[in-house]
Amino acid sequence: MALLEVEELSVTFRQRGKRTVRAVDGVSFSVDAGEVVGLVGESGCGKSVTSLAIMGLLPRGAGVTVEGRADLDGTNLLRVDRRTMRDIRGRDVAMIFQDPLSSLNPVVPIGRQVTEVLARHRGLTGDAARREAAELLDRVGIPDPTRRLREYPHQLSGGMRQRALIAIAVACRPRLLIADEPTTALDVTIQAQILELLKDLVRDSGTALIMITHDLGVVAGMCDTVNVLYAGRVVETARRRPLFAEPRHPYTVGLLGSIPRLDSSRGERLSPIPGSVRDVLPWADGCAFAPRCSRRTAACVGEPPALVLTHTERTYRCVNPVAPGEARPGAAAQGPAPATTTAGAATDGSPAGEAATTVPPAPREEESA
Amino acid sequence: MFRFIVRRLLQLIPALFGLSILLFIWLHKLPGGPESAILGERGTPEMRAAIRENLGLDEPILVQYGRFMKRMIQLDLGTSIATKREVTTEFLERFPGTVELALTAMIIAIALGIPLGYLAARRRGRFLDHVSVAGSLVGVCVPVFFLAYVLKAIFAENLHLFPSSGRQDPTIDATRVTNFFVLDGLLTREWDAAADALWHLVLPGLALASIPLAIIVRITRASVLEVLGEDYIRTAEAKGLTERMVRNRHVLRNAMLPVSTTIGLLTGSLLSGAVLTETVFAFSGIGAFIADSINQRDYPVLMGFIMIIAVIFVLVNLIVDLSYSLIDPRVRVR
Repeated sequence: MALLEVEELSVTFRQRGKRTVRAVDGVSFSVDAGEVVGLVGESGCGKSVTSLAIMGLLPRGAGVTVEGRADLDGTNLLRVDRRTMRDIRGRDVAMIFQDPLSSLNPVVPIGRQVTEVLARHRGLTGDAARREAAELLDRVGIPDPTRRLREYPHQLSGGMRQRALIAIAVACRPRLLIADEPTTALDVTIQAQILELLKDLVRDSGTALIMITHDLGVVAGMCDTVNVLYAGRVVETARRRPLFAEPRHPYTVGLLGSIPRLDSSRGERLSPIPGSVRDVLPWADGCAFAPRCSRRTAACVGEPPALVLTHTERTYRCVNPVAPGEARPGAAAQGPAPATTTAGAATDGSPAGEAATTVPPAPREEESA
Repeated sequence: MFRFIVRRLLQLIPALFGLSILLFIWLHKLPGGPESAILGERGTPEMRAAIRENLGLDEPILVQYGRFMKRMIQLDLGTSIATKREVTTEFLERFPGTVELALTAMIIAIALGIPLGYLAARRRGRFLDHVSVAGSLVGVCVPVFFLAYVLKAIFAENLHLFPSSGRQDPTIDATRVTNFFVLDGLLTREWDAAADALWHLVLPGLALASIPLAIIVRITRASVLEVLGEDYIRTAEAKGLTERMVRNRHVLRNAMLPVSTTIGLLTGSLLSGAVLTETVFAFSGIGAFIADSINQRDYPVLMGFIMIIAVIFVLVNLIVDLSYSLIDPRVRVR
C-alpha cells in the first residue's frame, strides 16, 4: 500500500467580489515509502497549493474549501482535527520551502529554530537538543555546526540557509518530505549541491519525497515517478524514463520541447508552448489544455478527457495523445537526440485542427521504453 | 556601540541650542510677564518696572540670553521667580511623580494594547477587530483632559472608588526616601502608603494611557498582520509547533520590532502629555508645575524644565535605539 494516497484533491478559493478560483481540481497521485515523486508544471498549475493542502497549511475558513482525500498510512490528513495535524506536521510529514531567507525567522538563532522542532516532537531539550541540532547541521553539510547554531539566518549564505531548512525538516525523521521548489532561489552551483543532499538524505533514511518543481532537469536527476500537472489536474503520470523517452500528453511534450538544449543548432529558436496558463478551459467543459494545444480535435471540447491507463504507472489524460516515438524531445534522460526532432506539438506552426488530423489517433497500449 | 552613544549625545548639543533659542523667543513674546503675575491688576507702572529691573528683564533680549547660556553651561538653571527656590530642586522634587504617572500609563497601555492588537489581527474582520479599531480611533480623538475629567467625575466623585486628586492621602504619614511614592512605601515597608500611592495613580494613569494605548493597539495589529503573512510563520506552522510557540517565538517577537520603537517615542511624549492630566488631578508632578509656571510667567522654571525634558526625551529614545539592536540581530549599532 502506498504511503500517501491523494485522491480527487480539490482546493477552491472563494473571495467576495472576486472570481472563484479552483486552484486544484481533482488531483490524484500516490507516493510509496522511500519513493521520490515529482509534481511538475508551470507556475499556477496548483502544485504548491496541493502541497499546502496536504500539510494542512492553507488558511482555514475564509473561503477556502478543500475536498478529496490525502491518506497518509490510512489517516486522511484533510479531515483530522487541528491538534492532531500539529502533531503530524514536522513529525510524520515535513516541508522544505522555496525561499530559504524568508522561510527562516530573522530574529531567532538557527539553533533555536532547529531545537524547537526537536523539543516539540522528540521531547529533546537543553544540551541533548543542542547536540542533536549540531549533528543535524553536520549531516546536511554545514561546517562548524556548533558555531552556526548561535548565528542568525542573515549571517548564513543562501545555500547554508537552505541546508538549515532541510535540517529542520528532517530533524524528526519524517516518513514524507515535501520539497516545494527547494532550489529556485539558489545559484546553479548550489542547486546541484542541494539536490545531491536531498537525494542522499532520501536514500539513507528511506524518507519518501514529493519534489515540486517546474524544472525538468531536477525531475530528470531525482524523481522515480513524475506527475505532470496542468490547470490543477494531473495530465500525465509515468516513471521518469518512459516520461522523458515517450511523453504522451501534448503538454508534457511541450514542456520537454521548451527546454533549451546545448546540442541544438545555432540560431534555432526556443520552442515555447504557445499561449499562457491563463488560457484555460474549465475542466468541466473539456480539456483545459485544449486552447493551447496543437493536437486539438473536436473531441477535446465538450466533456473532460478521461484518464487513460496504458500500463501500470503510466496514465495520461488526453483523447488525442502523442504516439510513442513521434516526439522524442526528452532524450535528456537517454542521451542527445537529433536537434530536429523537437516537440512537434510546440514547433508545429500549422493550425491546431489540421495538425490533429494528420496524426494517427490510436494510442498504442504497450510501452516501448 | 560606544561611538554611537557618543555621537548621539553630541547631537544633543546643537538640538538643545536651537531649542533654547526658540524657547527664549517664545517666552518673551508671551503677553505680560512675571510682574503681572506677582502684582495682578493693582500694580503701578513704576512697581512693574522695578520688578522687571530686579529680574533683569529690562535688558536687551540678547544680553538676557547670553546670561542664560552662561548659567546653562555651568549647569545652573537659576531660581524660580514664584517659589524663590532653585529650579533644579523644584525639578528633582516633582519629577518622580511624573515618572510614576508616565510609567503607570505606559504599563496600562502596553498590558492592554499588545494583547488587544494581537487578537484584533488574529480575528481580522470580525467583531473584536472592529471594536478595537474603532475604540482606538476614539482613544486618539478624545482629548486627554476631557477623558481625565470624565474619569474623575464618574469614578472619584460619584462612585468614590478612587481618590480624586493628589499623590497620597494627607492622613497617611509616609516617610520620603526617593520621592517615588510607591517605591518609598515599598522601601520603608509602609505597605498602606505604597498601596495608597498606587491607588492615586489609577485614574490619572488611565487618562494618560488613552492615546498611547490606542496607538499601540493599531501598530501591534498592523505589525502582527504583516508578520502573519511571512514565510517563516508558515515554516513554524509546518514544524507542527503549538499555537503558543508560534505566537510567542515567531509572531510576537517579530511583530514587536516596530511596536518597541513606537513605545519609545510615546514614553517621551508622555512626559509632556502629563501636563493636562496632572492639572486635572492636582497631581504634583512636573506637568502641573509647568502649567502653573506658564500662568505666572516663571521664565527660569519654564526654560529649565523644558530643557531637561528635551534631554530626557533624547535619552529615552537613545535607550530604545540601543535596545532595538538587542531584539533584532540584524540591526548592528555603529
